Amino acid sequence: MQIFTKAFWLQLSSPKVFYPVAGKLAPWFAIAAAILFVIGLYVGFFVAPPDYQQKDSYRIMFIHVPLAWMAMFVYIVMCGYAAIGLIWKTRLSTMMASALAPTGAMLTFLGLWTGALWGKPTWGAYWVWDARLTSFLILLFLYMGYMALENAIDDPQRASRASALLGLVGIVNIPIIYFSVKWWNTLHQGMSVSTSGISMEPSMKIAMFTLAFAVWFYTIAIALTRVRSIILERERHAAWVVDLAKAGGR
Amino acid sequence: MIEAMRWMLWREIALAMRRKTEVLTTLFFFIIVVSLFPLGVGPEKETLSQIAPGVLWVAALLASMLSLNRLYAEDYLDGTLEQFLLGAQPLALLVFSKILAHWLLTGLPLVLMSPVLGMQLGLDVDSILLMALTLLIGTPALSLIGSVGAGLTLGVRGGGVLLALLVLPLYIPVLIFGSGAVDAARTGVGADAHLSILGAISVLAALLAPWASAAALRISLD
Amino acid sequence: MLKAAGLECMRGDRILFSNVKLELDAGELLHVKGLNGSGKTSLIRMLCGLVMPNAGEIFWGGESISDLKEDYLANLLYIGHHLGVKAELTGLENLKINAALGGHPISEDQAWDALEKIGLRGREDLPAKVLSQGQKRRVALARMLVTKAKLWILDEPFTALDVDAVKMLEGVLNDHLHQGGMVILTTHQAYTPPKTTVKYLQLGEAT
Repeated sequence: MQIFTKAFWLQLSSPKVFYPVAGKLAPWFAIAAAILFVIGLYVGFFVAPPDYQQKDSYRIMFIHVPLAWMAMFVYIVMCGYAAIGLIWKTRLSTMMASALAPTGAMLTFLGLWTGALWGKPTWGAYWVWDARLTSFLILLFLYMGYMALENAIDDPQRASRASALLGLVGIVNIPIIYFSVKWWNTLHQGMSVSTSGISMEPSMKIAMFTLAFAVWFYTIAIALTRVRSIILERERHAAWVVDLAKAGGR
Repeated sequence: MIEAMRWMLWREIALAMRRKTEVLTTLFFFIIVVSLFPLGVGPEKETLSQIAPGVLWVAALLASMLSLNRLYAEDYLDGTLEQFLLGAQPLALLVFSKILAHWLLTGLPLVLMSPVLGMQLGLDVDSILLMALTLLIGTPALSLIGSVGAGLTLGVRGGGVLLALLVLPLYIPVLIFGSGAVDAARTGVGADAHLSILGAISVLAALLAPWASAAALRISLD
Repeated sequence: MLKAAGLECMRGDRILFSNVKLELDAGELLHVKGLNGSGKTSLIRMLCGLVMPNAGEIFWGGESISDLKEDYLANLLYIGHHLGVKAELTGLENLKINAALGGHPISEDQAWDALEKIGLRGREDLPAKVLSQGQKRRVALARMLVTKAKLWILDEPFTALDVDAVKMLEGVLNDHLHQGGMVILTTHQAYTPPKTTVKYLQLGEAT
């Protein structure tokens, strides 16, 4: 089987080879994400029983928690790609990092938003300086800085190297920031949105994990689609892109 | 190698001595920002002493960040930075000297000024000394982390604001442990843990930031 | 000694030059020619290791300069468009610092001596900001008198110099070449050192 050879995976790191592969994969991930969203939301909102304490308001957890997981995960993956791109000078890795940044920022923003919506019935206020919300706010700042730096530098190669270095710095800092915010929070006896108070029925677990996979697949589908246009933009002078454009852009 | 680092340190201090306004501007910025708080929050002694550690730390963060813009910018424009990159010693060591000089010229004056401002805000003597100690341990981390950001935003349009966007989130741990120490001491928890962690952050930054800054400068001069 | 092959440079998304190769041995001069925007400065900065080549590699004594790093840079003197002269420091201080950071520290006497030879007698102690453009250039060029670097890379060294200074600079370059040094330069000035192999490298179309 071709798929088990090292050469097969190595050639995938070439934008030219990856471009059509990404084009073929993206719709499948999008479809899978859509199906899982429907299942997950149905189970979460109609099958799972209400919580005895938080009643129905806890159900936003099914959206909030997967978003929050993914927002953090995307940042780490993005920095990982950036590091690979910086160390081994593979162009595709830095392109993947750029493709993930806007999605990560959006997930973080939605995570904050849903967190605030969950906070209103639980604490009576949309915003409370609890550890998780605060660290997500900082995560949003980090995403913004990453994208702003990449956009501010005109030369695309310099831009991707600079933002990759920032990503590396970020990945060293993420655990420190996370730890310090937790510390700060315990010192000030803050409250926390937590799932620990909710006894998780099996149907709740199913809804949560289904939606986690839905968000994951959605991220992959979007990142693949976006990386395709980044490939075209950055490689627009390459012969294969010119040929592609002449052939009608498929 | 050590000689080159010494030269670098001498150079930075000589330059600063010949245009003293830059050092003084940062210090006055620090003083002004702190003085704005009583005007904004009100002169009640209780409130002021309550928020004093946070105010001093946030002001120190902003002051240090403002001075970072010039850390590499002038050397970049007149070509001396290029010569550092072509030097016969690892760039990270030169960068380390530069950061050390930056701290001596901007961080240390803030530390020395902070007791006076702490007094103005109604802190008691113990808190003032602890406050100054946290600044002494923590401000080197600000210069170190900031240097990476300054290197990355070198020659970039809108560099100043961008620098703030990149660097301020990374300053958060320093802020938390720096201003938290005084609170911890006041509530009787003791500030030892805060000080140790603050020290650890500075040491870690000293180990990593010069290399990251050197890499950033190489990218910016490519 | 210095050898490069297949060099390619990309700025933005434009390829400035590609497949540039060059070879330089002891006592040889390489003159890089080309129109404005043909990538002369980029090539020169690439040879210094400041710009990363998009493709190709540069070798010093058979080893890649990206492996040698500081060991290569210790052999190199680069004077570019930006002089690397600090306006607030005196000529003397500038020279001493640049020499020390370049890996060849010099004594006070050597510094005075070099500045006198380069024609700055009586101005050694003035901050560089009060000097004229040409005099500032001399401060930068004074490094050539005190360095032990074998390879000199000079981007337009003759600009802003008066006739006397140009003559003197030519003399310094000649001496360096005759002692087995290497020079790479870009210039619009006609400069042909006697008894020296001069190589030319044309970037882009010929003028």
